[in-house]
Amino acid sequence: MTNLELKKVANEIRKGIVVGVHSAKAGHPGGSLSAADVFTYLYFEEMNIDPKNPKDPDRDRFVLSKGHTAPGLYSTLANRGYFPVEDLPTLRHIGAYLQGHPCMQECPGVDMSSGSLGQGISAAVGMALAGKIDQKDYRVYTLLGDGEIEEGQVWEASMFAGARHLDNLVVIVDNNGLQIDGPIEKVCSPYPIDEKFKAFNFHVINLDDAHDFDKIRAAFKEARETKGQPTAIVMKSLKGKGVSFMEGSVDWHGKAPNDEEFEIAMSDLNKIGEALQKEEA
Amino acid sequence: MADVKKIATRESYGNALVALAEEYPNLLVLDADLAAATKTSIFRKAYPDRHIDCGIAECNMTGIAAGLATCGKIPFISSFAMFAAGRNFEQVRNSIGYPHLNVKIGATHAGISVGEDGATHQCNEDIALMRTIPGMTIIVPSDDVEAKAAVRAAVEMDGPVYLRFGRLAVPVINDHDGYKFEVGKGVVLKEGTDVTIIATGLCVASAMEAAEKLEADGIHAEVINMHTIKPLDEDLVVKSAKKTGKVVTVEEHSVIGGLGGAVAETLSAKCPTLLKRIGVQDRFGESGPAVKLLEKFELDGAGVYKQIKEWI
Repeated sequence: MTNLELKKVANEIRKGIVVGVHSAKAGHPGGSLSAADVFTYLYFEEMNIDPKNPKDPDRDRFVLSKGHTAPGLYSTLANRGYFPVEDLPTLRHIGAYLQGHPCMQECPGVDMSSGSLGQGISAAVGMALAGKIDQKDYRVYTLLGDGEIEEGQVWEASMFAGARHLDNLVVIVDNNGLQIDGPIEKVCSPYPIDEKFKAFNFHVINLDDAHDFDKIRAAFKEARETKGQPTAIVMKSLKGKGVSFMEGSVDWHGKAPNDEEFEIAMSDLNKIGEALQKEEA
Repeated sequence: MADVKKIATRESYGNALVALAEEYPNLLVLDADLAAATKTSIFRKAYPDRHIDCGIAECNMTGIAAGLATCGKIPFISSFAMFAAGRNFEQVRNSIGYPHLNVKIGATHAGISVGEDGATHQCNEDIALMRTIPGMTIIVPSDDVEAKAAVRAAVEMDGPVYLRFGRLAVPVINDHDGYKFEVGKGVVLKEGTDVTIIATGLCVASAMEAAEKLEADGIHAEVINMHTIKPLDEDLVVKSAKKTGKVVTVEEHSVIGGLGGAVAETLSAKCPTLLKRIGVQDRFGESGPAVKLLEKFELDGAGVYKQIKEWI
């Protein structure tokens, strides 16, 4: 896909995030929006997947280790054709398959249940290990929050992945700089993130703009070409990206917009959509 | 009893894994630097490519097993009960239990019979923890024969299974032709009319010894080997309670939340019956030779006999 096509998809995914969280009256828009472009790139460009055959044993896998950003994953899966976009407003409702955090038994396309921070990366490592054991060439991607890497289990998993040379594994850290209690460097700084992963025998790529598809493309290409060690992509992103009043604000980590805010958010995203249409023309 | 063959169920675990390896090529064994103690070293020696040492990182081992299971593998994760169920509780709940993945947990060194290592390593809480996880099957084999049968049954069924093994060599009591292992079905080892003794794990042998002594006193005890704690054989518990009117549970585990807790829940709901829970009485363990500790905690045959005699 061209960058313009990817941008248009990403904007639709952002709309789905806002629609879902508004309907749920709860959820995590900030970190869903910051990762929307990487979600888009993974599911529309990078990964070998088929929405009609979501259990294909040879498919690439994705584990949303930062499971609270389920609205981002759901909107991506819906826009990719795993289930109807019209179902996104059922997010977090009684009986919905779009649970507050991803549930692999309920939701088509979810490769692993997640949400308890630090656990998803271990499951991703297990999937990558299975690929090596079975001599398959599928790849495994996992997305972590920059606050999430404060969990010790992340480093247990990283130590194992580095020691086992799992070059079919890509760990992506969404470095939007904000966690619930505030800026990550003030809560319990995980910096330097890149040096930590290097010390755990990862090939580390610093992606300085997680909303630039040229740079995203280059990062995943480099990861794919990396042999003999896992890759960590540490990407600088903007929390709440695309919705004016959510951008860079810790307040929108885990809060839903009210009706008025919803209108503003959709208006912001519609303007971006119109600009992209003009760009196309 | 001196001539009775004794084998630790952790040893049976290691041997059972080797015996199943050819039949189940997807079976993998994961360890957290304790293969020599959990006896999965037997498997590692026979199938080095199918043994994965995760280092001293039980929580990650559990997550890796979950990931492997999503790819069709049948991983056994091995560690001491303290870490497999205790340290790991939330990983087992969220990464294995919630998605109901086909991971088997081989927990060795359960209970006070760990011995000299003392309280930090004597897990008397694992059954209680595991029981609260929806869809978890819990098996506590009483000897070598049952442990091997339990490992096979765990592989044959889909979904998470917690297997509880011990460090101490225990008498082989099930090596007879009529022995049959069925998950969720308790075994009546001795029929009786005066009191029902429901035991699990190494306490089954203690219960049988106690029942013989009671018999000599003219007390006819019924003895049930309850190898599966979850799902509990409730029909058998109720049937026997109705017959005898008195129930005793015996386990090398806290009396809170384990076999005693499970039987209490069943009886109070379905057949209120006087119940005595023999086990670890809401306290931590301590160091000492395992056999001496079982004596001190009155979980050997003499201790169980004494406690029942005083209560009845």
